[in-house]
Amino acid sequence: MKPAPFEYFAPTDITEALDLLARYGDEAKILAGGQSLMPLMNMRLARPHVLIDINRIRALSHISLDANGALAIGALTRQRAIERASLVQTHYPLLSAVMPSLGHFQIRNRGTIGGSIVHADPAAELPALCLALEAEFVLRSAVGQRTVNAADFFRTYLTTAIEPVEMLVDIRFPPWQAQWRWGFQEICRREGDFALVGAVAVLRMDDDAVCQAARLTMFGVGGTPVRPQRAEELLSGQRLERRVLDQLASVVAAELEPDSDIHASAEYRREVGGVVARRAVEIALGNARGHNER
Amino acid sequence: MTAKQTIQLTVNGRAYEETVEVRMTLADFLRDELNLTGTHLGCEHGICGACTILFDGEAVRSCLLLAVQADGANLMTVEGLAQGEGLHPLQRAFHENHALQCGFCTPGFLMTAVAFLQETPSPTEAQLREAISGNICRCTGYAPIVQAILQARRGG
Repeated sequence: MKPAPFEYFAPTDITEALDLLARYGDEAKILAGGQSLMPLMNMRLARPHVLIDINRIRALSHISLDANGALAIGALTRQRAIERASLVQTHYPLLSAVMPSLGHFQIRNRGTIGGSIVHADPAAELPALCLALEAEFVLRSAVGQRTVNAADFFRTYLTTAIEPVEMLVDIRFPPWQAQWRWGFQEICRREGDFALVGAVAVLRMDDDAVCQAARLTMFGVGGTPVRPQRAEELLSGQRLERRVLDQLASVVAAELEPDSDIHASAEYRREVGGVVARRAVEIALGNARGHNER
Repeated sequence: MTAKQTIQLTVNGRAYEETVEVRMTLADFLRDELNLTGTHLGCEHGICGACTILFDGEAVRSCLLLAVQADGANLMTVEGLAQGEGLHPLQRAFHENHALQCGFCTPGFLMTAVAFLQETPSPTEAQLREAISGNICRCTGYAPIVQAILQARRGG
């Protein structure tokens, strides 16, 4: 038997799950897709006393678009369902395009959007996408509900603003803007692996090819995904000519503070971070082929 | 809640009702309780793909599920592929292309390929290589496995 013993609950509605969380607090872990928690439990790196399996709560699995074009996705929605949803393909192209990079398809069949966000692996794509898209997270507890911006949510390695008695129930993305152009780029050893380094660029370009606003999000470069501010400032208000792009790579590299681990050194991540940032911007501008070469 | 629960599920078309410890993984349940030892366990943390099965038609890692989560589910394991003595077209193609040597990873590759070809009946080689990238083989190598799946795709 791999996981250590635990008490198991499989509530069928949200209130029931929140009551269990109120009762057990940090003794409990929520089991969603299980693609991060189950490995930790199999290796006994996680030994929760209580497991609250939310997979039978249907109300947590949905994708909807409101009249303004804002996208809401239930926390338990499978990554594969988001990837396949025509609603997302049509109205939120960046989100559906990046989904296949999250993991192998067997993982995405079970893995959920909320699980990846709450797990908060700094090399994961979804937290970075949420930061780039300025998503909001709806957190509920037995006594109330609050909304936290992606920028305030991710604290450090595997650590978020969520309290032990809270559960992520909804992820809300602001309306997609037609003038946004985007690029995604990551470096992985194998298809579907966690990124060594990655970048998401979202640019608002005007008719004269001047970048009105730039959001650049880097991941795999420290405890949380980050938006390098000086790099974003460099791009804003500029025509993104070669000179600017050359400068971008070095500005990003200077701004990052990555760590070394068994996968890559800090020096590698800084250097390659600058390169993938530049490529993501080039892809957004349509200057490079393919959105996700590895 | 008790540490044991009774579950009902269908595996390879056969209905089962079993009482299991809640912490038992689905992979261990299939192997140790149902004696379906075709599902192999390599890494037991979702990396190697050897334990891939179909869960309500979708390929999943059975080492990352609990048996109790399969209550009410319809599963298919590698034992469900062959019809009596007649091999499934994918199994035949693996045999003919020397796509297995020790055979440890084979059940996972087969179940991955079954699910993939159902959804993508005419894949390109690049799509196929991406689809099997979550399965690790440490002896045969991937070239014969790719050949086998491409042959099966063409109908054997």
